[in-house]
Amino acid sequence: MNTLRSGWIITQRDLLHWVRQPWTPIFSLLFSVVLLLMFGLLFGGAIDIPGGGYVDFLLPGMLALTMMFGLETTTSAMANDAKKGITDRFRSMPIGSASVALGRVGADMANSAVELAVLIGGGLLIGWRITGDLGSAALAVLLLLALRFALLWVGVYLGLAFKGDSTTMAVQTLIWPVGFLSTVFVSAETMPGWLAAVTVWNPVSATATAVRELFGNPTGATSGILADHAVVLAVAWPVLITAVFLPLSAHAYRRLRA
Amino acid sequence: MARDHSLTARDLRKRYGDLDALNGFDLDVEAGTIHGLLGPNGAGKSTAVRALTTLVDLDGGTATVAGHDVRTEPHAVRRSIGLVGQHAAVDEILGGRQNLVMFGRLFGLAKAAARARADELLDSFDLTAAADRPVSTYSGGMRRRLDIAASLILAPAVLFLDEPTTGLDPRARNEVWNTVREIAARGTTVLLTTQYLDEADQMADRISVMNHGRVIASDTPNALKRQLGGDRVVVTLPRAEPLGPAAERLGTAVGGTALVDAETHTLTFEVGAGVVGLAEIVRALDATGIGPEDLLLRRPTLDEVFLSLTNATSSGTAPAADKEVVRR
Repeated sequence: MNTLRSGWIITQRDLLHWVRQPWTPIFSLLFSVVLLLMFGLLFGGAIDIPGGGYVDFLLPGMLALTMMFGLETTTSAMANDAKKGITDRFRSMPIGSASVALGRVGADMANSAVELAVLIGGGLLIGWRITGDLGSAALAVLLLLALRFALLWVGVYLGLAFKGDSTTMAVQTLIWPVGFLSTVFVSAETMPGWLAAVTVWNPVSATATAVRELFGNPTGATSGILADHAVVLAVAWPVLITAVFLPLSAHAYRRLRA
Repeated sequence: MARDHSLTARDLRKRYGDLDALNGFDLDVEAGTIHGLLGPNGAGKSTAVRALTTLVDLDGGTATVAGHDVRTEPHAVRRSIGLVGQHAAVDEILGGRQNLVMFGRLFGLAKAAARARADELLDSFDLTAAADRPVSTYSGGMRRRLDIAASLILAPAVLFLDEPTTGLDPRARNEVWNTVREIAARGTTVLLTTQYLDEADQMADRISVMNHGRVIASDTPNALKRQLGGDRVVVTLPRAEPLGPAAERLGTAVGGTALVDAETHTLTFEVGAGVVGLAEIVRALDATGIGPEDLLLRRPTLDEVFLSLTNATSSGTAPAADKEVVRR
């Protein structure tokens, strides 16, 4: 109870950041919207997706990619607090040891929910449509948040275990190839065989494909594991990632005392 | 029952790889006093503070802070302490008031109580005018004051300050000194680490000198200086007077050894007992016909204390290179 309360107070700190410095979250939202418009309108005509328009294919992918890019926010926020001594101040206070991570989870999940809402709104404006039923659409949103939640623990771990600025930089750089090596922008079936094999096993691909399915959008997958089990994979990946990185994060937090 | 405001550490040990950051660290701090932990970079001061504030686990030894065992009752220790670390650990985007309210609520205060306490602290740290500005616009001294205020929310029994004036200008440093003195005057025990000898001398009731992970001397500032022998008489000579010959002649006359400092053109003599020693030097100056520009009687400085203590415990440390001892 005490830990939940402290976690919420630390979450509120981040929410207050939005109020005091609204431009930071607004710019990061604009970035996602620009990416959406750029790919949707610029490349859309050149990319052919069987069973629908490119925007219908792209938008669910962009949602999944945005969830993945959140990893960067989490890592740099954790690393920054450690560097500035704020984590140490929290650790010297009489609060539960999970409070710091809980606060991070609360703030980042709230941030991601807002990002999803803005992107979905933006998508509807440029002609994206949900053709599935409401329950499936809700499940799609949950799967997206599940991916964010799982990667959040990767960010907490990286931020705690490697406090330096170089970690944040590495995450910022690596996130692009990993994000693009997925079915976010194009179907794996248009790729060379070996590349498609890698892409199919990218957790972002699983979420993107599952969300397309649930929203009733073209999936770009006609056969193989993504076509058959996208939703199962989009549940399994976040569960697996969380199962590995949540304990690792807890371990890294304890290691601060070493 | 009165709260226990004292601190004891016995044989603390902490190893980082090949380095013994704490190597048999002992410390006793009496309730309500300011205790200075003095030592060079890498002596283990910060590790000692981090161990006593439950931030790092010890490899050995026992420590009690405000009556609670650091290893077995870390939560109780955290309720009794305030920590001011080397960085001003406050949120830079938030305002001063928002910071204090947040930390107050984390210390368990209800919203209204946290706000009231924040206002009190802002007022007593002279931050009310800047309370709602983002901390990123604060000066270094203001940030430090906010940092200290945040550690005083629950009126801790023991306050730890890890090099609180590093990086501050002299004026801000003075502000911090005054603040710490006021805190101690209200009964809080203060453990302060510093690399600045004058800071420890100014602030502390007792000083523990630390080197290579352990305390090598612990006493009042005056007693520490006395340990190094008597007072010093500093003779400033006119630039025209050659130092070497003067040092020899005066040294012979008083039966002592002069420390020669060419830069300030001074001779420093260690003398037995203050004024008597001064008189001896004056007579020797008369007898040798050397006319000094200035004459000063002083206690040994903590620099001198520190150099002699660390030279005694660490082999291979060179004596201060810019000074040479002339023997008679």
